[in-house]
Amino acid sequence: MEIIFSDLFKDKLILATIVFAISLGVAAYSTWAERKLAAFFQDRIGPNRAGVFGLLQPIADGVKLFMKEEIIPADSDKFLFIVGPSLFMLTALMTSAVIPWSTPLDLGNGHIFEMQVADINIGILYVFAVVSIGVYGIMIGGWSSNNKYSLMGAIRASSQMISYELAMGLSIIAIIMMSSSMSIKDIVAQQSGGLYGMEGLQGLNWNIFYQPLGFILFLVCAFAECNRTPFDLPECEAELGGGFHIEYSSMKLGLFLFAEYVNMFISSAVIASLYFGGYNFPGLSLLPEFWQSIAGVAVFMGKITFGIFFFMWVRWTIPRFRYDQLMTLGWKVLLPLAILNIVLTGGVMSFFIK
Amino acid sequence: MSALSLTNRKKVLEKKELTFLESLYLPAIFGGMIITFKHLFKKKVTIQYPEEKKNFSKVYRGKHILKRDEQGRENCTACGLCAVACPAEAITITAAERKKGEEMLYKEEKYASLYEINMLRCIFCGLCEEACPKDAIYLTEEITPANYERENFIYGKDKLVQPLGTSAHPKTYKPYVKDGKPYEYKTPVNLQ
Repeated sequence: MEIIFSDLFKDKLILATIVFAISLGVAAYSTWAERKLAAFFQDRIGPNRAGVFGLLQPIADGVKLFMKEEIIPADSDKFLFIVGPSLFMLTALMTSAVIPWSTPLDLGNGHIFEMQVADINIGILYVFAVVSIGVYGIMIGGWSSNNKYSLMGAIRASSQMISYELAMGLSIIAIIMMSSSMSIKDIVAQQSGGLYGMEGLQGLNWNIFYQPLGFILFLVCAFAECNRTPFDLPECEAELGGGFHIEYSSMKLGLFLFAEYVNMFISSAVIASLYFGGYNFPGLSLLPEFWQSIAGVAVFMGKITFGIFFFMWVRWTIPRFRYDQLMTLGWKVLLPLAILNIVLTGGVMSFFIK
Repeated sequence: MSALSLTNRKKVLEKKELTFLESLYLPAIFGGMIITFKHLFKKKVTIQYPEEKKNFSKVYRGKHILKRDEQGRENCTACGLCAVACPAEAITITAAERKKGEEMLYKEEKYASLYEINMLRCIFCGLCEEACPKDAIYLTEEITPANYERENFIYGKDKLVQPLGTSAHPKTYKPYVKDGKPYEYKTPVNLQ
């Protein structure tokens, strides 16, 4: 019982609640931003009827989905049918636990508020583990619908995600080799120095400047993991009627669609913390301690916002891959490149550095 | 290549192997993304419908009107040229003779007692308008509204004849307003 009343527990509870709320809020407004940006990219205006600039649109969408009739197919596995979307949403939200949002916040009177829910020493492995469980959400949802189209969509989704997880994991290994730590907090903290050891570029020691190939590999795989264009084959109106969620209605469908946006938010956060220095930016160390952590959160959120914008930008620019092209890219291009990246990183580290 | 060529415009498709840079796809993707980014700042083409309405073209062809002259008499003499000209065979006319005392209603001795246009057949080509020698039928700027019954699409004289007391404008029988002022229609030269 003691742990429940400890300051640490309270801090973590507060932070977890805030992160949870922010994840959902950002995801909700991502749907709005997606529709607005899609419209702008196509020279249209986008939603503008619900509230100013259509800002109440996500609420209207949510209310609409809640009000819809909820249909569970008679031949489906009813328990798993409900577990599917729940699991997908759960895993999407769980990943945010290991992301360091900023430097510790010093509230005075000796109370230091850690800006990370859980600093576990295998943070990256945790992210990968949880993301892998997310595949089960789609697979269970598609299979329990008892519909061949949803099953085919689910098979596409899971085989795609499993294939790209390999290349993703291997592209991360180079980063782990460089930072010799799996804790995301350590990896972000190591990016606070000067770029290439130069004093003038403090806070710009971002991994993207050391791992450009790894970054591109990770980015492509992140798109595939989120089932976003150009890898959005699991959802396919033309061939599959709708994809793995064809039998879903009401808020269960909403959870599937919504989790995609939560995934996008979390992927952007992971990309930002692994490759773009997390909360680090040039000039961070000049600020007083308290404002460092506040500015850190703001900068980190800015990086995440750009990441989400980038996801949408790509979606409304390039068409999707064919399924065999997708598999060829994953297994014959990205995987060898990721291995090559590991070898190169290892070679540079052993022969040129120190 | 064959010696016989109808035009000199044909191009033989050459399938070239992709160069290394092209096979990376990334430069092409980047180029495409620059194009879409430019579209973010372009002028939007949307017309916000209930508030803004798109203007019809000056030559828009909509629902027909059977014209009256300045004294309110029907122009149509039931000559049947419109029905003959109609490629969709949408027009049905029955002619009748003007009786004594009906001079205020019909301009000439013969008039159409029945004038029906089947709006489901009509293709709004405007050939009836061109065929009419009496300046009687015109296509207006009005839209033919939707309906649930097929019978309601057969428009009789009740729906076609210009209401009394409306403007003499041949395109539309509503008082024509342009730039806030009543617009005086001038008969085109070929109709004078």
